[in-house]
Amino acid sequence: MTTRELEVPATAPPSGPVATILGPFLPVDRPEPRTPTGFYTDTTICIGCKACEVACKQWNQLPSDGMHWSGDSYDNTESLSATSWRHVKFIEQFASAGTQGPSRWLMMSDVCKHCTAAPCQHACPTGAIIYNEFSNVYIQPDICNGCAYCIAACPFGVITRSNLDGHAHKCTLCYDRQRDGLVPACAKACPTASIQFGPIDELRDRARRRVEELKSRGTSSAYLYGDAPTENYSNLHSFYLLVDRPSTYGLPESPFNPWLRMRGDYLRSLFGGLAGIVVLLIVWTLRMP
Amino acid sequence: MFELPILGRAGWPRRRPQPFSPQSVAKASRLRGATVTPSVCPYCAVGCGQLIYTKAGRLIDIEGDPRSPINEGTLCPKGANAFELAVNPNRLTKVHYRAPHSDRWEIKDLDWAMDQIALRVKAARDADFTATDSEGRRLNSVRNIGTLGGATLDVEENYLIKKLFTAGLGVVSVENQARI
Amino acid sequence: MPGLGASFGRGAATNTQQDFINSDCILIMGSNMAEAHPVGFRWPMKAKERGATLIHVDPRYSRTSAHCDLFVGIRTGSDIAFLGGLINYVLTHERWFKEYVLAYTNASVLIEQGYKDTEDLDGLFSGFNRESRSYDASEGHWGYEGSPGDRPDDAEETREAAGRGGQGIHGYGLMGGAISHGQPRSEMTAAPAGEPPRDPTLKHPRCVMQILRRHFARYTPETVARVCGCSAEEFTRVAELLCENSGRDRTSMIVYAVGWTQHTTGVQMIRAASILQLLLGNIGRPGGGIMAMRGHSSIQGSSDVPTLYDLLPGYLPQPAADPGHDTLDGYIEHEGLPTGYWVHFRKFVVSLLKAYYGEAAQPENDFRYDWLPRIDGDYSQLLTFERMSRGEMTGYLVLGQNPAGGGPNAGLHRAGLRQLDWLVVVDWFPTETATFWKNDPDAPTPDQIKTEVFLIPAASSPEKEGTLTNTQRLLQWHSKALDPPDDCRSDAWFVYNLGKRLRALYSGSTDPKDQPLLNLTWDYDHKSPQRLPDGTLSRIEGEPDIDRILREINGRKLDEIDPRTGRPRLLSGFSELKDDGSTDSGCWLYGGVYPEPERNRAADRKVNPGQGIQPDWGFAWPDNRRIMYNRASADPEGRPWSDRKKLIWWDEAQQRWVGHDEPDFEPEKPPGYRPAPDAEGMEAIAGDEPFIMKPDGVAWLFAPGAIKDGPLPAHYEPVESPVGNRLYPDVAHSPTVRLLRGPLNPLADTPTPEFPVVAFTFRLTEHYLSGPMSRFNGWLNELQPEMFVELSPELAEERGIEHGGWLTVRSPRGRIEARAMVTRRIRPLLVEGRTVHQIGLPFHWGYAGASVGGNANDLTSVLADPNVSMHEAKTFTCQVEPGRLAGPVARPTVPPTAWPDTRPIPETPTASQPEGKFVRSEPPQ
Repeated sequence: MTTRELEVPATAPPSGPVATILGPFLPVDRPEPRTPTGFYTDTTICIGCKACEVACKQWNQLPSDGMHWSGDSYDNTESLSATSWRHVKFIEQFASAGTQGPSRWLMMSDVCKHCTAAPCQHACPTGAIIYNEFSNVYIQPDICNGCAYCIAACPFGVITRSNLDGHAHKCTLCYDRQRDGLVPACAKACPTASIQFGPIDELRDRARRRVEELKSRGTSSAYLYGDAPTENYSNLHSFYLLVDRPSTYGLPESPFNPWLRMRGDYLRSLFGGLAGIVVLLIVWTLRMP
Repeated sequence: MFELPILGRAGWPRRRPQPFSPQSVAKASRLRGATVTPSVCPYCAVGCGQLIYTKAGRLIDIEGDPRSPINEGTLCPKGANAFELAVNPNRLTKVHYRAPHSDRWEIKDLDWAMDQIALRVKAARDADFTATDSEGRRLNSVRNIGTLGGATLDVEENYLIKKLFTAGLGVVSVENQARI
Repeated sequence: MPGLGASFGRGAATNTQQDFINSDCILIMGSNMAEAHPVGFRWPMKAKERGATLIHVDPRYSRTSAHCDLFVGIRTGSDIAFLGGLINYVLTHERWFKEYVLAYTNASVLIEQGYKDTEDLDGLFSGFNRESRSYDASEGHWGYEGSPGDRPDDAEETREAAGRGGQGIHGYGLMGGAISHGQPRSEMTAAPAGEPPRDPTLKHPRCVMQILRRHFARYTPETVARVCGCSAEEFTRVAELLCENSGRDRTSMIVYAVGWTQHTTGVQMIRAASILQLLLGNIGRPGGGIMAMRGHSSIQGSSDVPTLYDLLPGYLPQPAADPGHDTLDGYIEHEGLPTGYWVHFRKFVVSLLKAYYGEAAQPENDFRYDWLPRIDGDYSQLLTFERMSRGEMTGYLVLGQNPAGGGPNAGLHRAGLRQLDWLVVVDWFPTETATFWKNDPDAPTPDQIKTEVFLIPAASSPEKEGTLTNTQRLLQWHSKALDPPDDCRSDAWFVYNLGKRLRALYSGSTDPKDQPLLNLTWDYDHKSPQRLPDGTLSRIEGEPDIDRILREINGRKLDEIDPRTGRPRLLSGFSELKDDGSTDSGCWLYGGVYPEPERNRAADRKVNPGQGIQPDWGFAWPDNRRIMYNRASADPEGRPWSDRKKLIWWDEAQQRWVGHDEPDFEPEKPPGYRPAPDAEGMEAIAGDEPFIMKPDGVAWLFAPGAIKDGPLPAHYEPVESPVGNRLYPDVAHSPTVRLLRGPLNPLADTPTPEFPVVAFTFRLTEHYLSGPMSRFNGWLNELQPEMFVELSPELAEERGIEHGGWLTVRSPRGRIEARAMVTRRIRPLLVEGRTVHQIGLPFHWGYAGASVGGNANDLTSVLADPNVSMHEAKTFTCQVEPGRLAGPVARPTVPPTAWPDTRPIPETPTASQPEGKFVRSEPPQ
C-alpha cells in the first residue's frame, strides 16, 4: 500500500547557537543556475474555485486571514498579502436587464509576478531578496529585517509586511518544492490547468499558441500580459492570458520600473544638493562681516 | 555592498546578485523522508486520489495523487483543505457527554460511553421490539430508535451499520444522505 | 434515483467523468458542476477545448455558467417543461435516432387498452385514487398489452395476480428504492408468450411512440418559454445543439445533480432526461449517457451497500409486512423477475442471509429470512424526524450527518432531537446536531431540553482504511496513514464495538427476538496487530479488520477452502453465486472486488498511459464495467455506430464482444441470438437487447409500473409556486406528493401575495453541505466568511435593499438574516406574462462553527415525493425584506484559528519547515 518517494537525504543545515547567530553572515556556495521557471495563468479557463489559494496556504502553512465578507463578487481575499500568496479575482460584467451588452464573469488567479528585473529586489537594502537558481524572486526570511522598502517598490502591490512577525512575505514559487522537482502547490492543485508551471520559455511558447487558437475561435480580445518586456518594464516570470484591459483585472496598464527614472533622479539630487551648498556658501559669505 | 544606478550598466536595472543565506541553500521540501499513503478525498463524490504524507506518526501534507485518472493530481479548495480536517485545534478528541437538562458538556471516558450507549440501545429495543402487529402481520422490528448517516462513511462502515442495526437488532429506521 | 433505474435498469450514472472528453455537447441542468464538483468539471473543460459545446440551463448564473457556451436562465422547478419541450422538438422535427430507438427501446411496444394519459384525463394518468392520492399502475393499465396484469377491470384476481398494483409488495414509496432498481414487477411487462406485442412501424395509436408524441405535443417552444421564463429562441438553440450533436457520429451527455433530485418531481425530471437521451441514441455510448453528480464521498456506496430503510445490499427490497413477503419463496416470487438479470434474485438473497447469519442460516430454515425486520410504513429520514418531533422516538444515532443543520426544514429536525431521550453523534467537530441543546438561538434554554447527548470523536479519513464508491460507481480503497488522536475512533470501530457490547449484554438469551443478534456473524478482529505504513504498530485496540469486511461483501465459496489461506475461497464475481447456501456475499453487486487473497481491486492503482478507460484503477460495479449498457454502442448487428464513437463490438472471429471496456452484456452472446419463447433469465435477452437488467432487455421510454407518479413525466408546479400550472391547469403540483403539513411544517398556499418571491438553495465551491467539514476550517472560512443571499438589482430596488447590507428572508417555516449580494447574475423572469423574482441561498451556514450564519434550511419544507420521499429544497416561496432579524442570532461556537498547527514539522530541518508558519517574535500587545 505504501510507497516511498523522495528518498533524498536532506542537506544538513548548520545548527547550534554559533551557527544560528553567525549563519546568515557566513559565506556559502551559490547553487548552480537551473532552467528559469515560472507561472503561466490562462484566465479563460479559471473556474474561480480558489483551490490555488488553499493549496498555497496548506503547503506553506500560511495563516487564515480571518473572516471579512467583502461583497466584491466572490472575492473575499481582496488582495495579495504577506499571508495570501494567491488571490482569485472575480469580475462581473453584465449589462442591465433588457439591454444588450457583455454577459460574462471573469476570473483570474493573481500571484507575485516574479519579474525578470524586480524593483523589490533592487530596493532591498539587506540583500534578503534574491533571484534564486530558478530565476524566481525569493525573499530570504532569515535575512529580511522588515524595512518594507520592497513594498513601496513593487508596482503590482504584491508584497506586504505581516504584523505577525514584522517581515515581508510573498509567493516563493514553492522554492522548496522546486528543489525536489515538485510542481508548486497552486499549479499542481488547479483543476482546469489555468495555472501552469514550467520552464518559462516553454510556457511563453505555449501561451502564444493558445492566444492564436483563441483568436481563431473568435476570442479576438485574448492577449498576453507580461510575456515580453515593454519599454518601461521587464518581462514577468508569472504572466497572464487576459481578455480585457489589464486594469479590469486590477493590474497596472503599463507597469513602470522606478529604477528607470533613478539615473535622472540621482543627478537632479546631486546637482540640487550642490546648488544648495553653493547657495548656502554665498549666503554665509554675504553674512560675513 | 551597494551600487549606484547612476553608474549602472546597459539593459534592465538589475541589482547584482545577492548572496544566498545558508537556509536558502539548504532549502528542500518537507516531503523528504516522509511516508506516503494513497488515499481518496473525503469530501464530494468525484473521488479524487490523494497522497497522505506522514512523518513520525504526524500528518505533514495532503495533496492530489498525480497518478489518479480521476483528478490527475489536482484538487479543489476543499480537497486541498483535507489536511485541516484532520489537523485542527477545534477537532474533538474526547467523548463529550451532556446529561439531560444540563447546560454543559462533560468529558467522559470512551469505554464508559460505549457501555452506556449499549445499555440505552438495549433498553429501548427491549421496550419496543414488535414481533407481529395488531393485524397479525410479522414485523420483527424496532421502531423507536434509528441511525442516520453513511454517505460520508466507508462502504464497509455502511455494511456494518445495516448489518448490526437492521439484520441484528431489527431497527428499521436506518437512513443516510442518499435520499436527501 | 429510480428515474435512471426505471429507464435503463440501474439507478446510477451511466458513464464516467473522464468520458466527458468524448462528448460533443454537454447539457448541464440541475447541476452547478464547476462549483459543486470542480475537479469533475476538469473533464467538461477538456471537452470544450476539444470543441464540444457546453450548455447550462439553470435559475442562477453561476461559475458553471461562466464557462458554458450557452447559458439559459429558467425558473426553478420548471425543468420538466423544458425537457418535455426538448422531447417534443426531437419528435416533431423527426430528429430521433431511428435505428437506435427501434432496436433498443420499448418505442414499438403496445400498451394496454385501458391506459389513459394526462392528455385524456386533464393532467392525471389513469389509475389515480383521489382518496389515497396515489396511483395504482395495474388499475391504470400502465402495463404492456397482453401482460398478466392486462385483464378486465372487474376481474377479482387482477390485483392478486399483479401483486398490488404491479409495483411489488411495497406500498410505501420504496419500490424503485433509493437508487437503482426500479425493476418492474414482471406482471407489467411479460406477455404470456414472452415478447409483448409490438408495432415496428410505430403507427399503432397505442404503441409507446404514439403515446409519447401525444403526451409531449403540448410542450411547444412557446409554452416552454412562458412556463420557464426563458425565450423560445434560447430554448430552440439548446434543442438544435443537442440534435446536431447526437446520432451515429456524435454524442451528447446530460449532467444533473441535486438541482433535479431535490424537487417533488425530481424522479420525473430524470425520467424526462432519460427519454430525451434514448430518443437521441445517447445511452451506452462514449460521450453520451446521463451523469448523476453526487454529493458525498460514498453516497453511491451508501446506496449500493445501503444504510437505507427500504433496501438491503445490492438493491434488494427490505421485506415488507405483507403476507406476500412472509416466506422467502413469497418474497422472491414477488420481487424477483423471470427474465433478465434479476432472475438470479434468489442467489443474491440467500448469499446475503448467509453473510449475515452464517451457520445459523440453513436451507431448512429459509436461511433465517424470517429474522429480517419487515417495514410497515415509511421510515425514511423525513418521516422519522416527523415521528420524532411527535415524541415517538426514544433514541437516535447520527454518524457523519448533520440533520439539525442540513435537514430540510431544519427547525423541525431540531424539534425532533429535543424530543429524544438520548442522542449519539459520531463526528469530528461539535456540529449543529451535537450542540442543538446549547447553541440553537431558536431553542428553549438547555434546562428545558431532556435529551441526553453522547458525542463520540471520530477518526478522520487518513486515520482509517476502507472503500469509497464515487459518483461513477468506482470503488477506491483508501489506506490508513496514521492513528487517530486520543479517543477518536473510526465509525467502523464504533459500530463494531457497540455490536460486541450488545451481543455481550444479550448473551445467553433464548428469547427469539435476540437470536438474530446473537447469531450475527460478528468477528472482524485483526488476526495480527495492525501495522501503519511507516512500520509502527497501531495503538488502537479493537479496530475491526476492514479487509475482512470487504471480503465478506465480495463473497466466498463456503464449501471450498482456498489452500493459500485456509479460508473459504473468494468469489471471482457475482456469476459464481449459488442459491443453495454454499456461497455468501454481503452485496452481490460488488462481487469481484476482492477475487483472490491479497487482491483488493478497489486498491488497484495501475494506470495505462494513453488509454481513455483505466480498468486497473479501482473497481467499478458491475464487474468493472465503466460505461453501462455499452452493448448499445454498437448497432443491432454488433458493429460500432461509427468509427468515431466505437466502444465495444462483436468480433466474429473470436465469437465474442471486444473493445475498450468490459462488455455490459454476456461476452459470448452473438448479436443474432434470439431467445426461445419460453426462455427465462438471461436466456430471454436477445443478442441485440442491451439493457440486461430490464426484463425485456430494452430501455423504457414508457415505464410500465416502477415509478409511482406516472409512466411518463408531466410538468407539475412545485408545491410552493408563484404561478398555476399552465400545462395542466387542473393539477397544480404533483398529485401524489405527500405534503406532511403540520404545525412545524406549514406550507404556503400558493400563489400567494404573502410569499411572492421564489427561492432556491445552492452550493459554493468553498464550503461543504451544511458546513461541518468546512466551517470549522480557517482556510475555507476566509474564502466565504458569511451567509449571503443573491438577488437581482430590480428586486433589491423594489425592497430598498442595499448591496452588502442586511436582509431577512421569511418563509412559512422560519426566517433568517443574511448579507445582500445584489448581482446581475440573478435576473427577474417573465413567467406567464408577469415578473417573477428569484433569490438564491447558499445552504452552508448554521449556528455551530467558527463561521456561523443564517441557515437556508430553516426556510425549506418537508415534503415527500412518492418514490423516494424526497423534499423540495430547490424551490420554495418566501418574502424578502431589508434589515436584520430581531432577537438572538448565532454566535461563533469555536474561535477562528490562524494555523491548524503551529508546531514544527518533525524530522525536518529548519530550512525545510513551511515558510508560512511565522509567528510573532514578540508577545502580542
